[in-house]
Amino acid sequence: MADTLLSLQGLTKIYPGVIANDDVTFDIGRGEIHALLGENGAGKSTLVKMIYGLNAPDKGQMLLDGAPYKPSKPSEARQAGIAMVFQHFSLFDALDVAENVALGMETPPPMSDLARQIREVSETYGLPLDPTRTVGTLSAGERQRVEIIRCLLQNPRLLIMDEPTSVLTPQEVEILFETLRKLKAEGTSILYISHKLEEIRALCDTATILRLGKKVATCTPAETSARQLAEMMVGASFATPEAKGGKTGEVLLAVNELSLPAPGAFGTPLREVSFEVRAGEVLGIGGVAGNGQDELLAALSGERMAPAGSIILEGKDISRAGPVARRDLGVLSGPEERLGHAAAPDMSLVENGVLTAARREGMLKNGFISWGKARQFAEEVIGHFDVRTPGPGTAARALSGGNLQKFVVGREILQGPRVLVLNQPTWGVDAAAAAFIRQSILDLAAKGGAVVVISQDLDELMEVSDRFGALNEGRLSPTRPVASLDIEQIGLMMGGAHDMEVAHVDE
Amino acid sequence: MIRLEKRPQPSQLWTYLTPVLAVLLTMLVGGVLFAFLGANPVEAIRTIFWDPLFNAQFAGFTRPQLLVKAGPLILIAIGLSIGFRAGIWNIGAEGQYIMGAICGAAAGLAFYPSESFLIFPIMIVAGALGGWAWAMIPAILKTKFGTNEILVSLMLVYVAETILGSVSTGLLRNPEGRGFPGSRNFKQWDAAHNSDLIANTGMHWGVVFAFIAVIGAYVLLTRHMLGFNIRLTGEAPRAARFSGVNPARIILICLGLSGALAGMAGLFEVTGPAGQVSIDFGSGYGFTAIIVAFLGRLNPIGILLAGLLMALTYIGGELAQLMLGLPGASIQLFQGMLLFFLLAMDVFTNFRLRIGKREVA
Repeated sequence: MADTLLSLQGLTKIYPGVIANDDVTFDIGRGEIHALLGENGAGKSTLVKMIYGLNAPDKGQMLLDGAPYKPSKPSEARQAGIAMVFQHFSLFDALDVAENVALGMETPPPMSDLARQIREVSETYGLPLDPTRTVGTLSAGERQRVEIIRCLLQNPRLLIMDEPTSVLTPQEVEILFETLRKLKAEGTSILYISHKLEEIRALCDTATILRLGKKVATCTPAETSARQLAEMMVGASFATPEAKGGKTGEVLLAVNELSLPAPGAFGTPLREVSFEVRAGEVLGIGGVAGNGQDELLAALSGERMAPAGSIILEGKDISRAGPVARRDLGVLSGPEERLGHAAAPDMSLVENGVLTAARREGMLKNGFISWGKARQFAEEVIGHFDVRTPGPGTAARALSGGNLQKFVVGREILQGPRVLVLNQPTWGVDAAAAAFIRQSILDLAAKGGAVVVISQDLDELMEVSDRFGALNEGRLSPTRPVASLDIEQIGLMMGGAHDMEVAHVDE
Repeated sequence: MIRLEKRPQPSQLWTYLTPVLAVLLTMLVGGVLFAFLGANPVEAIRTIFWDPLFNAQFAGFTRPQLLVKAGPLILIAIGLSIGFRAGIWNIGAEGQYIMGAICGAAAGLAFYPSESFLIFPIMIVAGALGGWAWAMIPAILKTKFGTNEILVSLMLVYVAETILGSVSTGLLRNPEGRGFPGSRNFKQWDAAHNSDLIANTGMHWGVVFAFIAVIGAYVLLTRHMLGFNIRLTGEAPRAARFSGVNPARIILICLGLSGALAGMAGLFEVTGPAGQVSIDFGSGYGFTAIIVAFLGRLNPIGILLAGLLMALTYIGGELAQLMLGLPGASIQLFQGMLLFFLLAMDVFTNFRLRIGKREVA
């Protein structure tokens, strides 16, 4: 036990109506990369919050270096040498890197010293970052580096990382892994939370799997197959999406040189985006976050009008049609942000069904809503898409992220769209739900629908798409059949226009 | 340690309980206030809440006043609440109320002394249009130039008050009024008089329209797609855009509707209880209606009850000034307390109180 840094013993946390953690016991070794695996709602966040002092356990104890460790707030955890990089960054867009780092410190050094320290740390750990850049101009990967460097400046003994690779390109993932391995070599322990099994197998020494709040197993991921890990996580075998290769029909949606100015100071303009999607086809659009994904979805859903002639549905110009008119024609969409964009947080699931399905599902009569039909539709979505909720009257914000995502995607798919545009359909969703959503996308395509999937998860795109394109600074690369691509080429496509040339030469 | 924990969803129970608790707390703290002012608190509270309705001696006079005061409050508050639901803050109902009264009165006076039965309906329409037009100013400025409707609508109240002063001494002054400011008295002109429909009940056309507005708003908000879109705009503006709601349209509808209802309330007041357009016509109904809208949880039925309660405190407050010699300011403070406690208690709809050891940083 001498090399144990943090020992969790019988940690239990009970929330009203649910046991978030039930008698969880495991050790994190010194200089070990320890994976924490589990579905959404398995209790990973609760567990990590207890370690980071955001929550106190109801039962059980933690030992840090053999001494009792009971942080009552995050600053105590940081003093004890435990730092955390959250999934959602807490950075101010309008401030520069150094200012953002200083804001997260208890006693920030003078700015000039801090900038020097940031440069030192970023060089030591291979995390290129300019302390004077404004955070609003940084990519998601760079933003994450700001958070990581903020943690590293405190010389942590245990670094907790929550889903760090969900926003990174393959190249950025490699850089991050190098950094983590360097930290490990220096004796820093890392608690690494992820859904991505291959990643865990490549990086982590040990993995602890949680399911429904209980520890299922602690194993060595390198010696366990991804499928075994996934099955331990889910508790049953889950279906991997069926192979593609259905027949594609005529062009349903054509986008011609679509250009739109940036919606705000930190938005991205769309620059001459062109693509076509055929019936029965899934087009995957990759790219690092903030390269025009949200803007493309808004232009396709009709939230923002596009220049005339730029968006054509089956030969009909729909560029100037609003969301309602586009839905009537069969163009449906699902934005990335579940709460507040795809769904109204305080409204019930029934009402959130009305949000997009009122006209297509015949819930309206002379403008009056038939709540009976609305409830029926919501129940159908809940039933078909296995949305776990007490009932259709539950407020959207009371659902876990994965369940709400199933509802939001299911709501659109059940309406039988001609064209479906989804942004990050499985973001933050557990493996079983993600597999289910992907299968639904494939089923829709098999029935002759055209689907555009915008995602930062490349594995997902490779799994569902027939063709692939990448967004970079609002430009879309030419789209190419997925079968002809390898992960290296995709990374280059995502990297930008000049890199594209290289990709072409390779072909 | 006492701390607040966010509820997974808003508590139904507390949504209904908070107004009741707010009234009780207002009585309690108000009683203490009155005690400091030298009055018997129990007597003061009884004078405000009980005597206007049930005192054998003067309830006969004060009871009809309940509807007279509640009518315009409810009519205006219903319009405001629909905008508030959409996150559109019309604070200038008082101005729309005044402009409705002026326009409606002017439309009627143009036909003086006709006794046609069409006069009163024409005045109602003109009153509604006057309030609507006044509310369209902040609406159009907001949709075209992104101005803040709170400031614009509020400032237009003072413009409306100035216009009121001008027309009562100029344009609409009674030519037979011996030079006194103020228009002809509608109470003396049957075709334009908004009299009690049932004698001595206070039940005039404005009260009827207030009840119709309550029912209409209820149906709009719970059954109609437009009402759904209004609620959606207020709760999640981005989701509303995604759903296909045109925000500019919602702004125009909500401000227009609240303006029209406030204008109608003004018309009913000027042709009924007030009787004439005069400098002191603006009585603050437009502002008090904001309290009524919130006290009623922006819910039509709630507003109906809140309007009656607010009217009661008005009448009871006057009574308390008269009978117990309480200063008028203390009554206003008492009414303000009601909104204060309501907003304070509101926390419990979305949060629950935990008493125990500290867990969360």
